[in-house]
Amino acid sequence: MRLFIWLAMTLMMAMPARAELVIEITRGIENPIKIAVVPFRVKSAGAFDVDLARLIETNLERSGQFRRVRRDTMLSLPGPDDQIFYRDWRAIDSEYTVVGSVERDDRGLLVRYGLHDVYGERLVFPIERLSESSDSLRDIGHYISDRIYEALTGVKGIFSTRLLYVSAERRSEKDQTFKLILSDADGGRPQTIFQSSEPILSPAWSPDGSRVAYMSFRGKRAGIYVQTLASGEVQKVAEFPGLNSAPSFSPDGRKLVMTLSRDGNAEVYVANLRTGELDRMTNHFSIDTEASWSPDGRSILFTSSRGGKPQLYMMNLADKTVKRVTFDGDYNSNGAFTPDGESIVFVHRTNERFHIARMNLKTREIRILTETDLDESPSVAPNGTMLIYATSDEEKGLLGLVSMDGRVRVRLPSVSESVREPAWSPFFN
Amino acid sequence: MSIFKQARAVGIAVILAVLAGCAGQVNESAQGPSKVETDAERAAREARQAEFLAKQEAAKAKQEAASAAASAAAKTAEDLRKGAMAADTLFFFEFDRSDLKQDALDDLDSHAKYLASDRSAKVRLEGHGDERGTRAYNLALGERRANSVARYLVIQGVNRSQIESMSYGEERPLSLSRDENGWSRNRRVELIYQ
Repeated sequence: MRLFIWLAMTLMMAMPARAELVIEITRGIENPIKIAVVPFRVKSAGAFDVDLARLIETNLERSGQFRRVRRDTMLSLPGPDDQIFYRDWRAIDSEYTVVGSVERDDRGLLVRYGLHDVYGERLVFPIERLSESSDSLRDIGHYISDRIYEALTGVKGIFSTRLLYVSAERRSEKDQTFKLILSDADGGRPQTIFQSSEPILSPAWSPDGSRVAYMSFRGKRAGIYVQTLASGEVQKVAEFPGLNSAPSFSPDGRKLVMTLSRDGNAEVYVANLRTGELDRMTNHFSIDTEASWSPDGRSILFTSSRGGKPQLYMMNLADKTVKRVTFDGDYNSNGAFTPDGESIVFVHRTNERFHIARMNLKTREIRILTETDLDESPSVAPNGTMLIYATSDEEKGLLGLVSMDGRVRVRLPSVSESVREPAWSPFFN
Repeated sequence: MSIFKQARAVGIAVILAVLAGCAGQVNESAQGPSKVETDAERAAREARQAEFLAKQEAAKAKQEAASAAASAAAKTAEDLRKGAMAADTLFFFEFDRSDLKQDALDDLDSHAKYLASDRSAKVRLEGHGDERGTRAYNLALGERRANSVARYLVIQGVNRSQIESMSYGEERPLSLSRDENGWSRNRRVELIYQ
């Protein structure tokens, strides 16, 4: 197989997409941590286009584990160097209080911030100082959110990660615009990185977050492409007759598992991205597709209709032996491993409705995580606490977040276009 | 009749005609005993002439028959084409199924007959699914549906090379209704003449 490379997308990279995601929390945990994020004191002339405190409190609240203390209830608005009267914060039921300042000088941005434990009456960590040469207040806000989240929960935050998703604007059956969009984890800064009048499907991140794979059509031909985010360079990985779909990177980033029907039927193949060498993994007259790797790289999970209905199967890559994984229900598909490799998440049909479910691979216990309908494309956050999935309301596709125990649910409705096929990035740091 | 035989028959006729002409002249100018055709010779000549004419008749009749058949065939091809153009081009499927429904077969037969009669005709089969179930799975299912139609056409005598098939999965629904009415219209193969 020959590999084709061309440069084309650099212009696209700069195009801002219109659909910003707005967050609605539909359900949270019973006792979230109450946190007050005091508006950051502006210490230089001019305004900033990002309200850091708002960004941080919204981030923390979206995890479901925090609840913000409203700004208008605060008795004072201290900066990082001011004395904190803990009693005042206890009075408004704040367990933790964040203070900070922001300024711009010749060298760039300077942000200082601190996190106070109201009941312990101390700083959780000493006041920190961040300087950035570029105008990237959102990056700073996400970084601070990660820092606070990790300090208070012991788990690495996912606020600096990013999302990929597909938006579709439909004028008629054959007149649609599909966009592959890259955004912050909160839906901010959406950018169109590829656009087509033909469908775009199955975006997937490389393990280092530098490249994305997806399926699209060029003309009437389906193909799998790998795009390098920084340069916009696009590599065509597969464009065989028939299906070229469902790409997923191996944990070492060197291989791509995908579905091809070049031998007459949908089968799972592994392509070596450097040599172009193809290894056929499945051989069955039924549908085999939607393969994804286990975190240890030793197995793949895939959907097969070999039992008559779509079910999940696991293949040991060393000897290509296959074991059926799901037995409950007549439709289980599009599976993915959690980062710890102990569970899988997948689309599960129950009572004629499609939900996202999680199965513990040891106990085989299945927990249904979502309660909307037509839920699909689960993609787990790199810290394993939540997943993002696609669902829909009466009119259009939406994205939702749900915690891995199903207790926290957040809807991310888009303002205009129908959105689907979300993919959560790995950690970048 | 082979061309060779025909040529020989014409040759013989020319020789006979020349001989006859010569004989006539001879008869007029110099009336000798040798110039007189015997009854046997005349009978043979006439027999040959009759055979020649019969063969010519047969050739003509055959040619006419062939051209009549050709025009009849042209009429049937046109009929087949019209039949195919009048036939349905949407074929529907059950949820998570790719086997053809009984009611699709008559229309598919019309397409197959035309495609088998005109090898230059080509079709594209686009497989589709409804929104239920996962997108990549539906892409594979759409391909299976297109392949079911393709297989049926091939069994009916269409060349595989006349058929191109592809799948759009659930990405191009005909109906946006979120009920069985809408879904059943979206689980389809579209047959498109190229």
